[in-house]
Amino acid sequence: MKHMMRKNLLDVADLTVSFSVSSGRVVGARDISLNIRQGETLGIVGESGSGKSVTAYAIMGLLARNGRIDAGKVQFDGRDILNDRQALRQIRGREVAFIFQNPRAALNPVRTVGDQIADVLAISRNPPKSRAETRKHVVELLDAVRIVRPEERSRAFAHELSGGMCQRVMIAMALAAEPRLLIADEPTTGLDVTTQKVIMDMLRDLAASRGLATILITHDLGLAAEYCERLTVMSKGTIVEQGATADVLYRPAAPYTERLVAATPRIDKKLIELLPQDDRTPFAASGPASKVAITQNETDPIPCLTVRSLEKSFGRGVPWWSRLFSSLSRQSGTPKKEDDGLIHAVRGVSFELQKGDAIGIVGESGSGKTTTSRMIARLLDQSAGDIRYFGEDIGSQSIQAFVSSPLRRRIQVVFQDPLGSLNPRFTAYDSIKNQLQSCARHADPAQLSVHDAHSQIIEAARLAGLAPDLLKRFPHQLSGGQQARVGIARALVVRPELLILDEPTSALDVSVQALVLNQLAELRRHLNLTIVFVSHDLNVVRLVCDRVIVMRHGEGVESGNTSDIFDHPKHAYTRELLEANPHLPASVTS
Amino acid sequence: MGENLLGYVFWRIVGAVPILLGVGIFTFILVRVLPGDPAVYYVSGPLATQEEIDAIRKALGLDQPLYLQLYNYLGDLVSGDLGRSLTTGNSVVSDLAQRLPASLELTILAMLIALAMAVPLGIVAAIRSGSWIDHAIRFLGTLGVSMPAFVTGVLLILVFYFNLGWAPDPIDRIDPFIARPPTVTGFLLVDSVLAGNWEALRSALGRLALPAIAMALFVLAPIMRITRASMMSVLTSDFIRTCSAAGFGWWTTYIRYGLRNALLPVLTTIGLVTSFLIGANVVVEKLFSWPGVGSYALGALLATDYAPVQGYILLMALLFVLINTAIDVLNALVDPRMRGR
Repeated sequence: MKHMMRKNLLDVADLTVSFSVSSGRVVGARDISLNIRQGETLGIVGESGSGKSVTAYAIMGLLARNGRIDAGKVQFDGRDILNDRQALRQIRGREVAFIFQNPRAALNPVRTVGDQIADVLAISRNPPKSRAETRKHVVELLDAVRIVRPEERSRAFAHELSGGMCQRVMIAMALAAEPRLLIADEPTTGLDVTTQKVIMDMLRDLAASRGLATILITHDLGLAAEYCERLTVMSKGTIVEQGATADVLYRPAAPYTERLVAATPRIDKKLIELLPQDDRTPFAASGPASKVAITQNETDPIPCLTVRSLEKSFGRGVPWWSRLFSSLSRQSGTPKKEDDGLIHAVRGVSFELQKGDAIGIVGESGSGKTTTSRMIARLLDQSAGDIRYFGEDIGSQSIQAFVSSPLRRRIQVVFQDPLGSLNPRFTAYDSIKNQLQSCARHADPAQLSVHDAHSQIIEAARLAGLAPDLLKRFPHQLSGGQQARVGIARALVVRPELLILDEPTSALDVSVQALVLNQLAELRRHLNLTIVFVSHDLNVVRLVCDRVIVMRHGEGVESGNTSDIFDHPKHAYTRELLEANPHLPASVTS
Repeated sequence: MGENLLGYVFWRIVGAVPILLGVGIFTFILVRVLPGDPAVYYVSGPLATQEEIDAIRKALGLDQPLYLQLYNYLGDLVSGDLGRSLTTGNSVVSDLAQRLPASLELTILAMLIALAMAVPLGIVAAIRSGSWIDHAIRFLGTLGVSMPAFVTGVLLILVFYFNLGWAPDPIDRIDPFIARPPTVTGFLLVDSVLAGNWEALRSALGRLALPAIAMALFVLAPIMRITRASMMSVLTSDFIRTCSAAGFGWWTTYIRYGLRNALLPVLTTIGLVTSFLIGANVVVEKLFSWPGVGSYALGALLATDYAPVQGYILLMALLFVLINTAIDVLNALVDPRMRGR
C-alpha cells in the first residue's frame, strides 16, 4: 500500500434497478451506493436474490432486456458511464473486465480459447500488430494464468478443458485488455475446493501484481473473508452493511449480517449454533418418535449396513484386438480411461455402519461419492462387491428387483437437486403421497399401509418442517429450502431406517442450510435414523456425521471418526482438502 | 476430423447401401400393387389383341412370378441398370442423368436465394425480437409458407411475364434460338461460364429466375423461423454475455459468436428442406415446363411406366443420404463438439 489515499475508481450512488415481470415491476436492487479504490478488493456478499449480481450487471449495462435502471449515478474514473453509452462502450472489457460463474458456458463453444483471447486483444488499447504478435500475447496470457502447455491449450475448445481450466482462460481473457477493475461473479462456484483455492490465490496475486481493483461477488462468506479487504453485505436488494472485512465479520452492526455469520459453518461451531439465538428451540417431533425409538437395542450384533469392496466401472470396455493395438501404439490419451477402456468410478470401497450412526462420504467431483451412495441405495447396480443390510444381501438384488422389495421402504434417498428431483406436475402433497403408495404396494402391511394416508402425509411434512398449507403447491412455487423439505418429507413418509442424503443442502443458502441440517439432526435423534451423508462440503459433514470416508478417484483414501479425521488428518489429500476449504477464522483477532 | 473426413463420408455411403436396397424392394412392390397394366398402356390403341399384349408382357418379363421379377430387378440394380423407360425409349439411367442437373440447378439456386434472405431476416428478427420489425418479418414468413409454390409461380408469371414482360417465356431452361453451351456438368449456368457463352448464361439465368424465386419463397419461412429461434436462444446464453462484458462490437457478438453457434439447427433444416425441394418441385417444374426429374417421374407414373418411377425414388433416396451426409460434415466443421462422434 504505497498510497494511503487511493482515489476512487468506481463510484456508485443510489442505484435502483427494477425488472418488468408478468405481474408488473419488481425491484432488483434499491439505493445501492458503493465505491472501490484502485487496487482494492471489495467483496459483495449475500444470499440468492440479494441483488448482488444485479448490481454488478447494472453498473456495466449488462442487465437482461427486462431490466431497467430507475435512478442513480455510476462513475468510472470520474466519467459518467450510466448515461453516456459511448463512455460505457469504451470502458467495457478495456477498463472493467468480468469473470462469470460457470466458466465453460461463458466461453464460446465453437471457437478455440486462444482465438477468444485474441478477440479481446484485438479491441484493446494497443492491439497486436501481427498474427505472430497476437499468438505470442495469447500464449503469454495463458502462461500467466498458469496453464501448462499454453501453446497447445490455446488451440483447445472449452469442452476439451476442465472447469478450473476454463476459469483460468476466462481470467486470461479478462486480463488481456489490461483493465483496471475486475468484477468476478461467483468465479469458483461449482468448482472443487482445491481448484477454488488455486484460482482464488492466482486471482489475488495477479490483481496485486497488476494493481487491479477487484470486486468479488459471492454467497460464500468464508471465501469473501479470506480474499477481500472490505465487504458489502446485501439482502433483498439493499445494502445492509459495509465496512472493513474484520469489522463486518466480528462486530456486525446489522442483525442480518449477524445471522449470516452465525449460519456459516465454522470449525469451532456446533450444529445448533448455526441458528439464530432465539430460534434454537428443538423441533417438535414428538408423536411417532417415541414409537420408533422403543425398538432400539443397546448394540446390534449385526451392523445396519456392511459394504465390502464395492466397485463400479462404466463403459463397454475395449475388445481384445484393439487393446492389443493400443498397447502396440501407446498414446497419451485421456487420463480417466484405463487400458481396459472402462472408467472406474468406484474401486473398492468398504465400510460398516451401526444402526443410528451417521457416516459422511466426502470428496471432490468425480471422486465416486455419489456413485457409491447410489449403489447402496440400490439405484445403480454395482460391478463388484457386497452390500448387506442387517445381514441381508441387498447387493445381489438387481435395481429392477429392488423396486418391489419390502426393503425399499426401509432404505430411502434424498436427492441433490431439490427441484429437479420433484415431478413438476405433482404438488408437494402428491409427491409425498406417490412415494407412500408405491412403497406400500410392496411393504409389509403391518409396517406401512395407505390406510390413513392423509394423516401420514401431514405427519411426514411436519417432521420435515413443511407447513401444511405449502403442500398444495407445485415445486416451482416453493423456495429452494421448501423444495428440499418436500424431498425429505417424501423419504420420511414411508418411515425409513436408512436415509441416504446426496448433497441435500448444496443448492441452498447458508441460513436455509442451517435450518435443514438442524432439522435432519433432530429427526435422526427422534427417529433413530441411520444416515449416509454425501457432500463436498467438509464443514457440513463435520457438523452432521460421526464418521467420515474421504474419497478420491473412486477410492476411500481415509476413513475414521469425524473428529480424528478433521483434527489429525493422516492422508495428504485429506490435509489438502481441509486446507483448501475456505472458512471463517475461528476466533476474533482484533 | 481432417484425414478421417473422407473415411467418414465413405462409411456413411457404404452404410446407405442397405437402405437403398430396402427402398428398391419397397418401391418394386409398391409399383406392382398400383393399378394399371404397363403392357396394355405400351401396346396402346383399343384394337390391340390379347396376343399382342401377352407378347409385350413376355418381352417385359411381366409374365414371370413376382419373386423372379424382383430377383431380376435387383440383379439389374446392382449392375447399375435401372431398366428402360417405355415412354421415352431410353434407359432410365440416361434419362435421369440428363434431367437431374436441371432439377438440381433449380433447387440449388432456390436454396441460395432463400438462404440469402432467410438467414439475415432471421438474425434481425432475433436481435429485435418483439419489435415491429420482428412482427413484419414473421408476417412475411407466414405469407410465404401459406402460398403454395404453384400459386406464387402463377402470380410471378402473370406479373413479370404477362403484364410487365420482363421475364422470358416460362418454357424450358434456355431460349431455343440460342446455341447451347457444350454439356460438361449439365448445369447450364456453369456450362455457359465454362464455354464463355455469356448470351446463354443470361438466357439461362432469366429462365431460372422465376421458378427459383417461387420455390425460394416457399422454403423461406422454415429457414427463417429456425434461424430466429436458434439465434434467440443463443443470444441469451452465457458466452454472448461474455461478449458484451468484453466490449466486443456487434459483428463479433452477433455473427462471429452468435450465428456460428446458432447454425446447427439451421443446417439441419436446410438439409431437410433441400431434399424435400428436389422431390417436391414437380409442380413448379410442370408450371415452367422445366425438364427436371420431378416432371419426368410424374409423367412416367401417369403412364404406368414402372422403371422410371422406381429409378426416381431410388435417386431421391440416394440424394437424401448424400445431402444428410453433407449436412453432418458441415455440422462437424461448424461445431467441434460434433467431431469424433
